[in-house]
Parts: sequence; C-alpha cells; structure tokens
Amino acid sequence: MIAQMLIEAWRAMGANRLRTFLTMLGMVIGVGAVVLMLAIGQGAQYSVDQSISSMGSNLFIILSGSSTSGGLRMGAGATPTLTVGDAQAISELSNISAVAPAAPGTAQVVYGSNNWSTQVFGTTPAYLAVRDWNVAAGYAFTDSDVRSATRVALLGKTVANNLFGDEDPVNKTIRIKQSPYLVVGVLAVKGQSLDGRDQDDSILIPVTTAQRKLFGTQFQGTVRFIMAQGISAQAMPAAERDMTELLRQRHHVQEGAESDFTVRNLTALANTAAQATRVMSVMLGAIASISLLVGGIGIMNIMLVSVTERTREIGIRIAIGARQRDILTQFLMEAIFISVSGCTIGIVLGVGGAVIVNQTAEIAVVITGSSIVMAFMVAACVGIFFGFYPARKAARLKPIDALRYQ
Amino acid sequence: MESVIRIEGLFKAYETAAGPVPALKGIDLAIAPGEFVAVMGPSGSGKSTFMNILGCLDVPTIGKYVLNGRDVGTLNSDQLARLRNEVIGFVFQGFNLLQRATLEDNVALPLVYSNVQKPERSARANEMLEKVGLAKYSASFPNQISGGQQQRVAIARALVNRPKLILADEPTGNLDTKTSGEIMNVFRGLNETEGITIVLVTHEPDIATYAKRLVKFVDGKLIYDGEVSEAHT
Repeated sequence: MIAQMLIEAWRAMGANRLRTFLTMLGMVIGVGAVVLMLAIGQGAQYSVDQSISSMGSNLFIILSGSSTSGGLRMGAGATPTLTVGDAQAISELSNISAVAPAAPGTAQVVYGSNNWSTQVFGTTPAYLAVRDWNVAAGYAFTDSDVRSATRVALLGKTVANNLFGDEDPVNKTIRIKQSPYLVVGVLAVKGQSLDGRDQDDSILIPVTTAQRKLFGTQFQGTVRFIMAQGISAQAMPAAERDMTELLRQRHHVQEGAESDFTVRNLTALANTAAQATRVMSVMLGAIASISLLVGGIGIMNIMLVSVTERTREIGIRIAIGARQRDILTQFLMEAIFISVSGCTIGIVLGVGGAVIVNQTAEIAVVITGSSIVMAFMVAACVGIFFGFYPARKAARLKPIDALRYQ
Repeated sequence: MESVIRIEGLFKAYETAAGPVPALKGIDLAIAPGEFVAVMGPSGSGKSTFMNILGCLDVPTIGKYVLNGRDVGTLNSDQLARLRNEVIGFVFQGFNLLQRATLEDNVALPLVYSNVQKPERSARANEMLEKVGLAKYSASFPNQISGGQQQRVAIARALVNRPKLILADEPTGNLDTKTSGEIMNVFRGLNETEGITIVLVTHEPDIATYAKRLVKFVDGKLIYDGEVSEAHT
C-alpha cells in the first residue's frame, strides 16, 4: 500500500515536471541556505573557540598604568610600574596557579643569510604554562637561565620556518640585534590569536636577558605586563580582587587613589567574543530558516493547486473505495516526497557551497552530521506541516461533488 | 432471498440558500440478486440523486437503505468506503480512468484500497482485462485507446473486486451506437452468466431494453416499476 502510494506520488510529480522542480527549488534553496549558514556559523565558532583555547584558560593580563606628567596623560603601560618582583609576589597568591612577566619588543633576527623582524618576548618558563604552550622540539629555557640572564631563545614556528626553512633550528645560534643567542627549542604551532595576529611569529627569551642585554630600560627590573592564570574559572573574581589588593599594597597606592596598573580578565573578554559568534551563528541559521519556511509555503501552495486540479481523480478514488485516510496519506506522501527530495539536493548543494566558501574565501566551515540530520528532519516536518492542510482538504472532499467536478 | 438493495421511505432534500429543495420524495424499492434494472427519467427527476445514494456516495435525509444486508445509515465513512470497495462496482459516463496510470493499474486500483498484494493485484487485473477483451493493452494508457475500449477498462475495474452490484451511470452516453451496443452486451453477459446485479441509469430507450426491469422517476417520485416495454421507455 505504502509502496503503491510512493509510486503514485512519483507519477503525480512526474506529470508536471517543471512545477515539481520549481516547488522543489524552494526547498533546495531553503535547506541549502540552512546547511551553508550553519557550516559558516559553526566554522566561525570553531575558529573563535580555537583562538580562545590557544590563548590559555582563566587568563589575566596586568598592564602597568597610565601616568600624568605636566598635564600630559600617557596611555596604559607608559609608566613601567610592574616588576618581576610583582610577578613573583602574585605567584604566591592561592588563587593563582602560574604567573609570567613579559617584556616584549621588536627586533631583527638573523640566521645565516636569512633575516626576519619579529616580536621578542622576555619572560620566564612559567609563560608556557600560563599560555598552555608546548615545546615541539628541543627544550624550554629554565629558571636558572632567567637568573643568570643567558642568551638562549625559544623560537615560534613561523620564525623557525622563516629563518631555518627545513633545517633543524635546535642548538643553532641566531643573532638578535647582533648578539648571538642559542636556540634551545621550537614552540608548537599556536595559530592565530583572537585579533588575528600570528602567535607563532615570536621568540621567547629569559626576561632578565631582555631587560639587561637586549632592550635595556631606564627603569631596571620593570616589565610591560604580567600574565597570570587563575586556578579555576570560579576563582577568577577572587583572584582579580586579591591581585589588585596585593599590587596596590606593593605600589603604595593610597586608599581611594587610582591604581597605577590595570587587571584584565582576558578569558572573560574572549568568552564575550565567543558569545557574539554564537549569536551570529544562530542568527545566520534563523535567517536561512526563513527561506526554508518560504519553501514550505511554496509546497503548500502547489499542493492546494494540485488538490483542486485532481478533484475528479479524488472523486474516482473515493468511489472505488478509498477511505479518507488513504487520500490524506496519498497527498501527504507527495508533499513529503517533494520536500525530502528537495532537502536531499539542498544538503548536497549546501555542503558543496560550504566547501567552495572554504576554499575561495578561506573561511573555516564546519559541517556536522547533526546539522545535516537537523536540516533533514526540519524539511520532513515542513513537508508534513505544509502538506497536511491540502491533504486534509482533499480527503474531506464530498465524493459526489468531486466526481461531478469538471 | 434477501434483496441486494432494499429502500424504504427514502427522502432526500438538498439545503440551498432558499431553503431545502426536495430531490426524492418517498421511494420504496427492492432489487433482488441477479436483476438488471434500468433507471430512467427526465433530468431533474432525481435519478442521479437516487444513484448517488445507491452508490453510498450520498446519504438519505430520511428513510432506510439496506445494501447487501447492511443498513447504510448506521455506517461511518470508513465502513461506507469499504462497502463501495467490496460490494459495488461503478461505471461512469465519462469512464473516469486515471490518465497517468496504465490500464492494468487502473483496473487494479480498487484492490489497492482493499490491501491486496501487488502480484495478486496484477494477476486479477489482467484476468479482468482479458474478460473485456483488452488483455494486450494492459501496459497502455487510457489516452492510447478508444472511448469504447476505455469503458471496457472501466467495467473491468468495476468487476475486479467481485462486486455484488454494478452501478452504471449513463455508461453509453459518450459512445456511438455501435460501441454502445457492444458495451451493453458486456453488461448483459455479466448479468446472465455471472448473475451480477446491475442498476443502469440511461435516457436512451434502446439502451434500457437491454435490462429486464424498468423503474421511472418523475419529479422525485417513482412513477413506474415493471417490465421493460415500448410503452414505458
């Protein structure tokens, strides 16, 4: 019976190919748009999540504060008020699991005939823990390297590639601003940061080396910023409060006066970004769903026309013994047939479109089985929902009226 | 013997904007198995309404209709559908075949609704097509054969579920005289050799002469019920 009805649905669709095709097209576009938009939305979400996890979790950045001299207000970081000692003190807080001071600068690095301008970070080995960063080859420099301010360097992958090509950089000597540094290791690939910077385009050296030998500073022992990792997501507010209190004490900031530093919860900022992406992703899906809805209305429209056109056929079927539910099933089947075929084509086109977007625009796309299954289910439901009214109209026709219909 | 059709005090009125318009005004009639009845009457006499009620396509306003031992007035729409499917075979003036289906599928259609499986459907449909002399056209479509042949296919469809009663509504109305005679011979053969009860609506006197009994309607009433004779057609 069901098989027979499928055959008849197929015949009915074949009877007016152009119309069936156009009706299906609405579904194709709707489903295709949903699949494509979900792929792009989830792709964006994936990139953001990736950047966030590459940043490290539960992360704070403490920047030295602004200063005012002679009415001229300098930006954040203008007064180097933070010190390696501050970092040391913060690391002793119970809410903080790792702390790394950072003294960044830009320098020209040379190996053999290659040279490259990159960011050089003076920091401590704890930086790797704070950023969840692994060493891919060789070793990280140690605390004793920091104490004795040795000239050692950990290369980011981009720097290693630019200076060494296929050569193994470990234990080679590079020159940073003319001074020789021993490459002790190469960092694992980290990818882009949230703001799109290549995080692998950097070199890590001991903070002491950076301060005393590479960049120099008029304020001995100061760093540009400190990165700290909270012990857990729940402990973040307490950790922020504790650090602020500690640093105000260490910097002798008067009660009520403005702090000479800023504590920022980077993870919270990142989560806001992720939230925004999620909202965007949902919005893309919602907009695409509207086209699915329009496709569904197209099906309903055509099914209504079809019921009217085939009134006589319905009359014949009723006369020879079709029950109401047989007629209902038949028309419902046609609607579902159209929507599911349209959906299948739509999924193929949507996935194809996503692949094209991925390759031409280099936007990350993520196609999950669940999004395809969802598109399929929604399409089937649209078919049932919009097919039901015309089908019921057909089933409820009075046999004598239907038979007499010209 | 129990009548195939027993009608008692049948009234039918249609609701219109101007109030109810009566179409049948008190009909009593019984048709025994194996009868061949011609129904005649001018247009508007109520004969179409009568046939619709006989075919369980419409229900009486007042009165009782017992078909094959079942009181039609007590049945729901599914039971009526089943009755149409198993007890009645319809033959219409306009043939009413499905244009998109092959002749075999057209003939087999009633069997689809009585849940007969595909191989048996096919076998029985072909058997019926053979009976009406169209076996070789089973894979053709209705628009590929003549009107007379289409009406034979419709008869095959009416017969496929082995009905007790065939209701033919002006079955020769769209056919020429020669073909009409052939079709009427098919009906006569079915009635005589298989004992199938036939009720035939027609307005042509010479078609009515194929039947054994004649009923005439005028203005919603039965004015004649008896032998088919010149005087009354």
